[in-house]
Amino acid sequence: MAVESVSSPSARSGSLRRRALTPYLFILPFGVLFILFFIVPIFYAIYESLFRSQRSGLGLGAATVSFNGLSNYADVIRDPNFYTGIGRVLLYGVVQVPVMPGLALVLALLLDSTVVRFKGFFRLAFFVPYAIPGIIAALLWGYLYDPALGPLVKGFSSLGLGTPDFLGANSVLWSIANIATWAWTGYNMLIIFAALQAIPTEIYESARIDGSSGFHIAWNIKIPLVAPALVLTGIFSIIGTLQLFNEPQVLTTISNNIPTSFTPNLYAYYTAFGNNNYYYAATISVVLALVTFVLSFGFLRVTQRQSGV
Amino acid sequence: MSQRTASVPIATPREAVASRQRVPRRFNVESLGSMTFLFIFTLYFLIPFFWLIVSATKNAGDLFGTFGLWFAPNFNLGDNLSQLFTYDNSIYLRWLGNTLLYAGVGALLGTFLSAMAGFALAKYQFRGRNLVFSAVLGAILVPTTALALPLYLLMSGVSLTNTYWAVLLPSIVSPFGVYLSRIYAASSVPDELLEAARIDGASEFRAFTIALYLMRPALVTILLFQFVAIWNNYFLPLVMLSDQKLFPITVGLQTWNVTTGGANKFLFTLIITGALVSSIPLLIGCGVLQRFWRGGLGAGSVKG
Repeated sequence: MAVESVSSPSARSGSLRRRALTPYLFILPFGVLFILFFIVPIFYAIYESLFRSQRSGLGLGAATVSFNGLSNYADVIRDPNFYTGIGRVLLYGVVQVPVMPGLALVLALLLDSTVVRFKGFFRLAFFVPYAIPGIIAALLWGYLYDPALGPLVKGFSSLGLGTPDFLGANSVLWSIANIATWAWTGYNMLIIFAALQAIPTEIYESARIDGSSGFHIAWNIKIPLVAPALVLTGIFSIIGTLQLFNEPQVLTTISNNIPTSFTPNLYAYYTAFGNNNYYYAATISVVLALVTFVLSFGFLRVTQRQSGV
Repeated sequence: MSQRTASVPIATPREAVASRQRVPRRFNVESLGSMTFLFIFTLYFLIPFFWLIVSATKNAGDLFGTFGLWFAPNFNLGDNLSQLFTYDNSIYLRWLGNTLLYAGVGALLGTFLSAMAGFALAKYQFRGRNLVFSAVLGAILVPTTALALPLYLLMSGVSLTNTYWAVLLPSIVSPFGVYLSRIYAASSVPDELLEAARIDGASEFRAFTIALYLMRPALVTILLFQFVAIWNNYFLPLVMLSDQKLFPITVGLQTWNVTTGGANKFLFTLIITGALVSSIPLLIGCGVLQRFWRGGLGAGSVKG
């Protein structure tokens, strides 16, 4: 401060001007890539969604592209392939979004409690699935579900529990939910566990001395303090649910019960690359992104009001 | 309550003793239940991985013919590995290298750019700051797979599809990384320190490098998250790439998976061995970084 007041006014305003530019320069490299690979695609998808391509007569001539207004949106909303897909992932989300972060929370609280030993071992064990790419996890579980290859079906039948069909029309969605739970619980647990570790122990040391049980400390002190981390895992689960793609795509090779419109994302992919209908696929992507945004934003608002995050 | 402990100072040590005496009883009931619960989930998380290890040691016949959760008499891991590394002109090694390139370069550059942007958002007042931060927050909520299709069309417009750039460039952008580094920069870099550096004549960039040093634990977190995210990415490379020489492991193994069956039954063992091999670098990396990361986050929070 003292030095600045001594320096001449012109030099000072120069350094201030440079200072004023600095934050923009720091943001610039990220900003350019962010605009190119996030903002532009969003607007390009919206632009594309306003067109359609048509083949004339027998479909032999070159396709003509014409402006279509909002008709694609009207079609998507009424498209049974789309809305049953949305309905399916919403049903999946109703189970998955509370169950996975909930399980992650319980595991994190136990690892943070005083009653558990071998914490390092457990932490590492829960972390193993995180090191396995989602697509590999899906392959792996696909093999485990496979009656010919995996031990699960044989195990169940040798225990006299019948032969479960993990890939049936009604069960395959929950088999996918199991893969996602297996793959992502450890990651969510780490986010919550890191937040637990950041709580200064003095905060609940006094409660412990007052004789509060571990359960009371967890419920009344720890959970409220890690609420922001819980909200974060909840949002990740919502986003992951709505863009479900890897697991169903992998399981299509061994199950006949996964149509190409099983999830909205799968539908968009096959519409674009199977049917070469990029305009309709862009519309599906935009609607899906909107639904995701509304749901995750709504979740954020509701939880903010509830927990004061 | 507080008055009682204040007026009877000896209460505290006595209570401490009492709570210490309670520990054995709690250990028996609460601890046994907790340990059982954790143990069951340990089995849940580890058995599929154990199956992967066991299966990687079997030949195609044993894979289908023997009990899945134990080793076959014929230990075939060596053959599987050599077949994996040589099949189709060693394409698997190429995929491994590609994955390392995408994840390594993408995560390093991405973390650095995120740190710069997050630092600026946390430590400077400027016009448009809230707008930028809102855009970053909003971007976290946008599913990246929804971006992949329009991105493909844009990339093909500039003839970048089916190149390394098509996967690498979008992978660098991590709004979540910017969000995290903004939070950590705000909490772990004191304004006074930056002021002091400026008074000593440090440039703004030099001040940033000092901040980088303080943000290390957060940066390791961001680096780990982004590295794993790119390593695991499937949808973007699937959409962007058609030349299998450019594939990462995820897309490569899935293309093998699609062609298994019939005469290609041997591919099962290759996929399984390939999946096991591909998880090893990440397991080691996570193990090493996790130690640093946990300690770092804890230390930061105590000071804050």
